[in-house]
Amino acid sequence: MPVILGIAVLNFILVHLAPGDAVDVLAGEAGSATPDYMRMLREKFGLDRPLPVQLVLYVKNLLLLDLGFSFRHNMPVLALILERLGPTLLLMGTVLVVSVGAGIVLGVLAAARPRSWRDTVISSLAVIFYATPLFWLGLMFIVAFSLKLNWFPATGMEDVAMLHTGVRRALDIAHHLVLPATTLALFYLALYTRLMRAAMLEQAGMDYVTAARAKGLPEGRITLHVVRNAVLPVVTMAGLQTGSLLGGSVVVESVFGWPGLGLLAFQSLFARDFNLLLGIFFLSACLVVIVNLLVDVAYTFLDPRIEVR
Amino acid sequence: MRDVWRRLGQHRGALFGLGVVVVVVTLAVAADVLFPGDPFRMAGEPLSRPLDRFLLGTDMLGRDVAAGIAHGARTSLLIGVVATLVAVTLGMVIGGLAGYYGGLVDDVLMRVTEFFQTIPTFLFAIVLVAILSPSTRTTVVAIAVVTWPPVARLVRGEFMTMRSREFVQACVALGMSDRRVIVRQILPNCLSPVVVTGSLMVANAILVESALAFLGLGDPNVMSWGFMIGSGRTFLRTAWWLCAIPGAAILLTVLAINLLGEGLNDALNPRLRPR
Repeated sequence: MPVILGIAVLNFILVHLAPGDAVDVLAGEAGSATPDYMRMLREKFGLDRPLPVQLVLYVKNLLLLDLGFSFRHNMPVLALILERLGPTLLLMGTVLVVSVGAGIVLGVLAAARPRSWRDTVISSLAVIFYATPLFWLGLMFIVAFSLKLNWFPATGMEDVAMLHTGVRRALDIAHHLVLPATTLALFYLALYTRLMRAAMLEQAGMDYVTAARAKGLPEGRITLHVVRNAVLPVVTMAGLQTGSLLGGSVVVESVFGWPGLGLLAFQSLFARDFNLLLGIFFLSACLVVIVNLLVDVAYTFLDPRIEVR
Repeated sequence: MRDVWRRLGQHRGALFGLGVVVVVVTLAVAADVLFPGDPFRMAGEPLSRPLDRFLLGTDMLGRDVAAGIAHGARTSLLIGVVATLVAVTLGMVIGGLAGYYGGLVDDVLMRVTEFFQTIPTFLFAIVLVAILSPSTRTTVVAIAVVTWPPVARLVRGEFMTMRSREFVQACVALGMSDRRVIVRQILPNCLSPVVVTGSLMVANAILVESALAFLGLGDPNVMSWGFMIGSGRTFLRTAWWLCAIPGAAILLTVLAINLLGEGLNDALNPRLRPR
């Protein structure tokens, strides 16, 4: 909660850092707001009153989720963001599941025999993908898999013209999801693989492993014990990376034209609709806070020694 | 110090990284000699293929791609290094104060650090650059503002352990001023992990800078790799190498810096090496 309040204050500071009048920023700086609306904004945010009063008014409005109006899209900012939230959550959820799942598997495989050729291949790929710019990887995927091979569509979330419904529509969306999700997932996959490998190696030297081996437990069972302990840092990292995942989705969505929050942010940059941009920033931060709470809950399932305060 | 070099020399990845970094730095320094004049200037016919008349071809406005790569190297390295220096300084000041004084100072500063770690960093960088209007300076500021927290945490941890060490206690007992203890005694002792983190941060800063430039948030008067990819994007169908070449440059540079940073880590902290 203090984080959300902090973001609200930060937004206020940003509004005032922008060159020009605060009301221009709040109205979207598109020059398309009506004089009536501008006057209404001045009154609502008390722009002729001292700064502390303005701060309180601004923060109050934000916390009540009154994010203003986007003249570019002719819609209230909140409605606009909620409309675009679904596709982003779908993308982020897919990426999270794929990257954490595959990262754990690859990390275990690499750590099973350190310095074997399998470990070398997995670790090298992880280092390379960790250094790859997402937007470039996305563009190269489009060249290879859309333009040359024609396997996957290059842009959008579904073929609206096909008027698919039900299962057909879900399959169509899944087909469109492959490239953007893979692009975004590879970076995090690299991160989690490296983390999982390091955690597995660290856990392998622990006393409980020696004890398990001494009492004659089969290697497969021992690995299961080790995995359960090694997963904890990966889950922590996955929670910490939510914010970065949102940032990555801005880039990936604008490459693939995926109609989510990221693309909306990209479009608002071009329209110089800063109020919309600040609204996206605010709600994204709220999303991160919520995900972190969920991660804390997930923690208690993974490690019963930890209690929810 | 000799040991450090020896250990670095045994690290194959680090040697490769060092080699690539030397090449990129040379390219950046020699950009004006190798490709004199404005990299935005029209050099020849538009969209000529690589190895045809120009080494790496020309883009849709007839700009020499090779010249863009060389001048872009300068932008990427400059922004990467300066932003990291700013972020490391900021992180050291905040982490150092929090770790040395502890108590209320620590509580407040760590809350602030946590706050900056929770907010979506790349989005924050976008918002900052967009609102302050894009330029090299705002890019540096934005990257520094979003990357300092890990340094602060690291330095805080080092300071907290150093604080209770005997040599520090002795200095305090001798009546040395806080500033002298912090700057002359503790700081030099926690520099090696900061150097390692800093080198990895340069790589990250280059990635962030290129992503910002790709989104159209770069300095419009400065050539950069991200800008080249962003502008070549519309010609993906006919001239995919316009995007491929600068992207490969980013990948190679970032990879090299990461490998070098890991090598430095192994060389500077041989005891911490888990394998």
